[in-house]
Amino acid sequence: MLIKKPSDIKPSEITPESVYRNRREFMVDGSKLLFGAMAGTGLPALASAQNGDRLKARAPASMQRPAPAPWWVDKFSNIKPAPDAEPFFTGESLTPYQDVTRYNNFYEFGMDKGDPSANSGAFKPDPWSVQITGEVAKPGTYHLEDILKPVDLEERIYRLRCVEAWSMVIPWIGFPLADLIKRFEPTANARYVEFETLVDRNSMPGVTSRFAIVDWPYREGLRMDEAMNPLTMMVVGLYGNYLPSQNGAPMRLIVPWKYGFKSIKSIVKINFRQTQPNTTWNDLQANEYGFFANVNPGVHHPRWRQDMERRLPQTLFSRQHIETRLFNGYGEHVAHLYDGMDLARYY
Amino acid sequence: MGKLIKPSVFGFALLPFFALLLRIYQNDLGPDPAQELSIETGEWTLRFLLLTLAMTPLKQITSLGVFVRHRRMLGLFALFYASVHFLSWMAFLLGFRWFAIAEELVERPYITVGFSAFLILIALGVTSPKAMVRKLGRNWKRLHRLVYLAAILGVVHLLWILRTNIGEAVLYGSILALLLGYRILRFLHTGKRVKSAA
Repeated sequence: MLIKKPSDIKPSEITPESVYRNRREFMVDGSKLLFGAMAGTGLPALASAQNGDRLKARAPASMQRPAPAPWWVDKFSNIKPAPDAEPFFTGESLTPYQDVTRYNNFYEFGMDKGDPSANSGAFKPDPWSVQITGEVAKPGTYHLEDILKPVDLEERIYRLRCVEAWSMVIPWIGFPLADLIKRFEPTANARYVEFETLVDRNSMPGVTSRFAIVDWPYREGLRMDEAMNPLTMMVVGLYGNYLPSQNGAPMRLIVPWKYGFKSIKSIVKINFRQTQPNTTWNDLQANEYGFFANVNPGVHHPRWRQDMERRLPQTLFSRQHIETRLFNGYGEHVAHLYDGMDLARYY
Repeated sequence: MGKLIKPSVFGFALLPFFALLLRIYQNDLGPDPAQELSIETGEWTLRFLLLTLAMTPLKQITSLGVFVRHRRMLGLFALFYASVHFLSWMAFLLGFRWFAIAEELVERPYITVGFSAFLILIALGVTSPKAMVRKLGRNWKRLHRLVYLAAILGVVHLLWILRTNIGEAVLYGSILALLLGYRILRFLHTGKRVKSAA
């Protein structure tokens, strides 16, 4: 139980750290590096990219996932690469693919960080449909294929700050949530958006656990202006590849200036409503997890500090303890949403 | 044969520690090793504490003296793992930021509770040599009853830090309840017998 099997990824398949570091310099200095790659230094991140593909990051070739259904292949063949500037890009080192996909909080698959990747084998992200309900002109049940049909996928590199005081930097593939919301034509009464995660007793062993005190399904919500903010993203992939089940396949939310638990996974329902929805963590422990859950180093979780974060991956002796920034460093783009609000009260 | 028991117990009690060292060496504690190390050392502290508390009932039930002969060593191993737990928390989770450490000890109830349990274990460890037992006389036993409090605080400490998975805390809590319940029942039982004899 104590001694884990050593990693089964060959070191040669892991994108070298030097590639992740100083990505900005890398892009500026691309020609030199390209020359280096041709000279045989090997850059797996680029080597596995398709012809003409300019994505900033790709999953290691041996770890790439098969398409959930054939139509996904086409969808992923034309992804707009991340720009070279904030907010859709950060010069910080990326968290390697194998850590992003093996260190997850997704309690439907189990409580330990390794459980979601170990226990999500039976999960089927296809076929998938999303129910649209509430204050919209066009409610209904939509197939994911139809939801994604008019969408242009793009790559965005965001920081992800977990409420547990660790953080990652992840290259997501997705599109602005605002684009999706507009298509359903919300009414004037739509002031909040509510999301729900799938509950499937057959493929999600965590939902049958007696020791998980979560009232399934997992629910999250945003205020309409938060949902419409250009930074808010619907995600269907990471590292240029299809979203792994443990990361919330086939479609999840990413709200980069909020704690990770707001970014709900494996969405099956989107409900538009006039009143603030109940959300899972807020229901469980309201004094610890607010509805807004904006990343804020000044408001500590009652049981642990929020002023610093452990940027993953870490080793014990080369730790990256970095200062947590208000709104996870995205204040320039989102602070106006909370003008006049007491962030210590509305945490 | 009897002489081999003590070194074997000692060796087995060190196994989890060396397993952790090996995992550190192999970089096999996952992407958040500080957290993993804290969880592992904390759990081993609780396990050794419960193991220590299981010795007296086991001896009484089986009448085998071997169970209490190494009780002190097991207790000291609980202190050992608690020390590693505390040190790794200070070093790897808080990076020896002394102000933050002091603040955490005072402001976070679950840490205050865990730290109290640690202080008790230190007091018991310091007074564990035979010379101290003689010196303290009757008070030694009174002092060492605090081990029950340390175990309760330890389980509370674990329960308090959890986010949702209460499984392990429930397991350790149940074992502790069993061990304490046994003592209470035995106390009531022998107490009655003494009374009726009087």
